[in-house]
Amino acid sequence: MSIFRLSPPYLAGANHVTLQMMQVLLALVPAVVAMVYFFGYGVLVNITLAVAVALATEALMLRIRERPVKPFLSDGSAVVTAVLLALAIPPLSPWWLTTVGVVFAIVFAKHLYGGLGYNPFNPAMVGYVLLLLSFPVEMTTWLPVASMSQQPVDLLMAISYVFTGQLPGALTLDTLSGATPLDAMKTQISQFRPPEVIMNQPLFGMFSGKGWEWVNFWFLLGGIYLIYKRVISWHVPVAMIGTLFVISGIFQLIAPDLTGTPMFHLFSGATMIGAFFIATDPVSGSTTLKGRLIFGAGVGLLTFVIRVWGGYPDGVAFAVILMNMLVPLIDYYTQPRVYGAR
Amino acid sequence: MTQQQLGSFPGGLKLPGHKKRSTQMPIRRMPISKRLILPLQQHIGEAAVPIVEVGEKVLKGQRVARAEGHVSVCLHAPTSGVIRAIADHQVPHPSGLTAPCIMIETDGEDRWIERDPVLDFRSLSSHEIRQRVREAGIVGLGGAGFPSFIKLNPGVRHHVETLLINGAECEPYITCDDMIMRERAAGIIEGIEIMMFALRAKECVIAIEDNKPESISAMRFALTANKALSETTRIVIIPTKYPTGGEKQLIQVVTGKQVPSKGLPIDIGIVCHNPATAYAVGRAIRHGEPLLSRIVTVTGTDVTHAGNFETLFGTPIRELLEFCETKRQPDEPFIMGGPMMGYNLSGDDLPITKTSNCILVGVDDVAIASQPLPCIRCGECAAACPASLLPQQLYWYSRSKEFDKTEEYNLFDCIECGCCDYVCPSKIPLVSYFRFAKTEIMNQERERRKSDIARERHENRLARQERERLEKEERQKQRKAALAASKAAQKKAENTETESTTETAAVKEDN
Repeated sequence: MSIFRLSPPYLAGANHVTLQMMQVLLALVPAVVAMVYFFGYGVLVNITLAVAVALATEALMLRIRERPVKPFLSDGSAVVTAVLLALAIPPLSPWWLTTVGVVFAIVFAKHLYGGLGYNPFNPAMVGYVLLLLSFPVEMTTWLPVASMSQQPVDLLMAISYVFTGQLPGALTLDTLSGATPLDAMKTQISQFRPPEVIMNQPLFGMFSGKGWEWVNFWFLLGGIYLIYKRVISWHVPVAMIGTLFVISGIFQLIAPDLTGTPMFHLFSGATMIGAFFIATDPVSGSTTLKGRLIFGAGVGLLTFVIRVWGGYPDGVAFAVILMNMLVPLIDYYTQPRVYGAR
Repeated sequence: MTQQQLGSFPGGLKLPGHKKRSTQMPIRRMPISKRLILPLQQHIGEAAVPIVEVGEKVLKGQRVARAEGHVSVCLHAPTSGVIRAIADHQVPHPSGLTAPCIMIETDGEDRWIERDPVLDFRSLSSHEIRQRVREAGIVGLGGAGFPSFIKLNPGVRHHVETLLINGAECEPYITCDDMIMRERAAGIIEGIEIMMFALRAKECVIAIEDNKPESISAMRFALTANKALSETTRIVIIPTKYPTGGEKQLIQVVTGKQVPSKGLPIDIGIVCHNPATAYAVGRAIRHGEPLLSRIVTVTGTDVTHAGNFETLFGTPIRELLEFCETKRQPDEPFIMGGPMMGYNLSGDDLPITKTSNCILVGVDDVAIASQPLPCIRCGECAAACPASLLPQQLYWYSRSKEFDKTEEYNLFDCIECGCCDYVCPSKIPLVSYFRFAKTEIMNQERERRKSDIARERHENRLARQERERLEKEERQKQRKAALAASKAAQKKAENTETESTTETAAVKEDN
């Protein structure tokens, strides 16, 4: 007989933190493949670098905090943080940008609050926002989809740029880069160009940015897989996507020139990765079912507000962090009715 | 039998049942042990008080200890033999403590004492039935061991709408209720009839989980045989889900109603009993047989011949395990009860008692003792909680010993079913934390009450001292006043005397 626990229950389910994190990583794979296809190998280099930095930082912090290194390092949470952050930064980013973001996320947003389970804010988003505020130029230098680029980014190019800042031949990042669809939409609307005209430009695809709509689609599919596997509940994504859809739909009807269509918002920028992989972070999110609906709706609403009236083209990261602040309040007021309570 | 709309409770788990392991053979009778160890307390409430002497010969069914106080039942010799000792012995309790027990050396003759069967229970009053149930030592055989006669008394303030027979047996591995329903359905129906009569209940619902088709058909068959009873009694098939067998959860499934928090089922007109208890009531009234044995499931991955055994109380568990052949090493711990709510015991000389429903040696998917990870607030526990609690919040506050907060989050509505533990991805022993918090709160409560009494005493003492002081002062004052008064009077008297003397003198002078 094995050494079992000395208190009931003596049965254990198969659920485990590591297993959940692995499922999350698995669900990200299709979208990552899509991003590599559209934006080149820089995405993979970013991910690899971010994961390596995250694991090293995590190990160091655990050592400093005198926590057991192995169980916490193998829980997979640092890897998930690193991958999410790597997917959020531009495909061709200098190594120090990724490193600063990941180190800040792991050290300040996670371990200084007490490590796994104790961080009030989503670490990946804290890292992202730090980079966005500190290095706006580097953080907004996105690449257009490969089919529109004069020079698709191959693996050697990516490694060379990330670690040396050099591109082969006469290429510079400026010649390669271009505005993201969200960026283009925002800028041109401020120049009073109607959204349906903007949507006809080559940067746009069927109902959103070219490439971006597919990336978002694969995030959506990965997210559905996570719901099916019961790693996340449907509440946050449905509330967030639903709110974003409804609110952009309302403005579509009353002020069609204000912003893009509901479908444009749903399949642009970080909507889907935010809805299924970021806002669903259990640690920094609400735990009650009603609370999750409120949390998700809040993220959706704030995302729309920031995209339309804010200073940044996308708003998911800010929306998530703002809603993280409200979590204790939401949780307190959304306690379920206990059995037998009158 | 019409199927009515069933309710359901939130959360719960679909657990692998592992029940077939112990239902392959009919109930077998465990051979009489040479020595029986009868703990005086096998029920909730006051321990029974021995009424036999060491060396005395006893017959099967003879009372060896009487009930003490209201919440208590009698205890009987499970077979004939000689009382060898009345002394402390290790009892099946999670703490491994010892308690007073009656030791009987059996003679193997199994000779009965004279019994007093009542063929027509309707000739008895409700009170007489309860009295007999109490005398027969019957307690809830589902595992809690609450004296059954109390639950056959609706009291003056309540009336009973429904007698609910809990045949859910939702915990994995345990099959003793399943087997008794399969094999002794008629006896259970007999007991139900008596219980209905004692409770003056309007209807009876026999709830059985749908993973026990044999039980369902056996009970149906037995019920059809009793025309009168089948008009007020129905069998309800309920979905298999853990913990449907929890009293409150079962009531919610069957009636859609919830027992008020901190209340009892009787508050909404329901009384719950276990089928084995009903069977015991039938035997006690109709056959005059006190409760001497119970069906015990012996099962688990390490048991070679798993099954159900009718076992006399006091039989050493070791003998039962030897009888079934296990891979267990001597003194290796085993589980008493189910894998979700049972407790582990070690010690080979522990006896089977009225509450020993299952001996489990080795489980599949065993929870390994390991260092838990921090809570990641995933909310799986809240989703699994049948009481709609927020275990992650309770854990947080239990851990930081903010006990008033745990009460705010309704800690005492936790039924300790273990669903939260089971689903926790961080493998946190949540139930252990909740038990700890409950015990701490109850201890604090006790301390507070103690200190309240002490303070009251102290205050009373101060008040008494103050009163005494005041009284003393009052007395002194009075005495002083009296003294002053008497002095004044004396003075006055003296004065009048002098006056009168003067007067006399004056008169004299006048004369």
